[in-house]
Amino acid sequence: MRITKHPVLKFEQGKMVPFTFEGQTLEGIEGEPIAAALHANGIRELRDHKGRPRGLFCAIGNCSSCLMEVNGIPNVRVCTEPLKEGMIVKKQKGYGSLLGGGEG
Amino acid sequence: MTGTLESTGIASREMFEKLLPSPERRARGPYIVMECYEEIPCNPCSTSCPFHAVHMDNINDLPQCDIDKCTGCGSCVGRCPGLACFVIDETVGDGKVKITFPYEMVPLPAVGDQVDALGRDGEVVGKAEIVRVLSTEKLDHTSIITMLVDKELLYDARNIRCE
Amino acid sequence: MKFSDVVIIGGGPAGMSAALAAAEAGVRVTMMDRFSEPGGQLVKQTHRFFGSEHERAGTRGIEIVEILRKQIEENPLIEVKKNTDVLGIYSDRVITFEEDHVYGRMTAGKIIIATGASEKMLQFENNDLPGVYGAGAVQTLMNVYGIQPGQRVLMIGAGNIGLIVSYQLLQAGAQVAAIVEAAPRIGGYKVHASKVRRFGVPIYTKTTIKAALGDHRVTGAVLADMDDKFQIIPGTEREIEVDTICIAVGLAPLSELLVHSGAEMHYVPQLGGFVPVRDEYLETTAPGVYVAGDVSCIEEATAAMLEGSIAGVSAAIASGMNRPELIAKREEFVEQLAILRSGAAGKKIRDGLKLIARREQN
Repeated sequence: MRITKHPVLKFEQGKMVPFTFEGQTLEGIEGEPIAAALHANGIRELRDHKGRPRGLFCAIGNCSSCLMEVNGIPNVRVCTEPLKEGMIVKKQKGYGSLLGGGEG
Repeated sequence: MTGTLESTGIASREMFEKLLPSPERRARGPYIVMECYEEIPCNPCSTSCPFHAVHMDNINDLPQCDIDKCTGCGSCVGRCPGLACFVIDETVGDGKVKITFPYEMVPLPAVGDQVDALGRDGEVVGKAEIVRVLSTEKLDHTSIITMLVDKELLYDARNIRCE
Repeated sequence: MKFSDVVIIGGGPAGMSAALAAAEAGVRVTMMDRFSEPGGQLVKQTHRFFGSEHERAGTRGIEIVEILRKQIEENPLIEVKKNTDVLGIYSDRVITFEEDHVYGRMTAGKIIIATGASEKMLQFENNDLPGVYGAGAVQTLMNVYGIQPGQRVLMIGAGNIGLIVSYQLLQAGAQVAAIVEAAPRIGGYKVHASKVRRFGVPIYTKTTIKAALGDHRVTGAVLADMDDKFQIIPGTEREIEVDTICIAVGLAPLSELLVHSGAEMHYVPQLGGFVPVRDEYLETTAPGVYVAGDVSCIEEATAAMLEGSIAGVSAAIASGMNRPELIAKREEFVEQLAILRSGAAGKKIRDGLKLIARREQN
């Protein structure tokens, strides 16, 4: 959920761009981290690690909890990777495969 | 209320009353109460005071206020990073007291609003009338609000609920 | 190979202060940072800082970062490498890095490591569920990206971070169901505790989280009382309904690159974890490698900025800028930091530093 009113901060509304998550078309602000765009759409489950769902944990690229497959590339830290128009974002299964999809 | 400031985050009535100036000073006009009970390395209350009323030898000391120099202007209310400075004015009469406190939430109340006065634990302790709202660029998003409450709430009332 | 007098790794409060201090002393500085803009974790600190006017007390972190960025931008001696992950430090101070996904190398006369810290995790059942966040992550989502991570939050830990982030959650419009703290006392500053209490947020001391509840996302938590030995008291378990659990149980220094550099490291709990032996000017046992900020000891941003200034001037002095006024300036920074740490709040840091001080070289 995006914050609309805040006593200290002002959030500039950037350009909204479409991207897909698990085949579903969503919108996010261009340049914000992919994880932020997913959160704004109410999506917190980002990958499947050996049968257990995982989400965002540190949000600054330290912890590897949020690894997803983006445009076919696995192990992308979506907490820091900027959103671009038309990105294809998928939940990563296990450790990811260079060929895309789940564990190869 | 059981427990101490260390376990609850709530200063006791005794701790607060120790900060109050003499009855003569309280009867004379608004005065500051610095509810800073713990030594932390911090001194904006002393450096922001236009009357040089707040004294500190070492940055880790508790602030010492020369209450005769203090005019109750409230400069420190907006500068204290701990939001621990309050101005109390017991001269309004009518069984009421004015309490000035810092506020950093949205929405802001408006002058004339009747709101719930909240206690140190956030529970409703009575009614408050908003008599002043100061929100300038210099204050940098920490607004200074003055509320009028029953004088019995001198210790209790420290916040408001704005719907 | 490209050379810079001083390379600073990490562009947070310590790194930025180090860059400015070194460049103002007249040496060429390269500052590397992982993000698209320097600032580190200052960019999410919406609260006013403690300290004195020298250290910009009473100013919000988000404003301090703007001041430092501008000074860095205007200083021709500072080059900032953005979107740059440092990969390793080799002998003779060769640094390898990935800048905008391209591999690169350079050498440095002096290196200042200011990589900061990462959040500690807490062990409990289901702690990997989506909806369990580090407190810093919640701050980043809210204060940098404008996203409220959840509606109803459970905060674990009543240190300064737990208390400050709880207050910021209220400012962002979220509800904080409770703050729980295993210790019998609130660890953070009591003024921060009082701030959140006034908004009705309960603080339960001697309490811990036993489990997160939920299938694919957090729907609640099990809390339990703890005894004096930090063991759960059986039969005290109760459920609380929340959609977000925020962990604020401390930070650990991000010290991997210090280990690369060959600096002697020790585990010092008072300073947050593995930290390097250093002298009072923050040089480690690895020649020409300095340390500053949370990676040196877990403290707060004001101290980190002062450490950065000390390390930056020291690196410049050691690079040949040993002018009397710089040596005097460095003493001023050292004294300011000592004053900041001289009170009750600084005792733990003082105790830890005694254990790690580099002995005088013969």
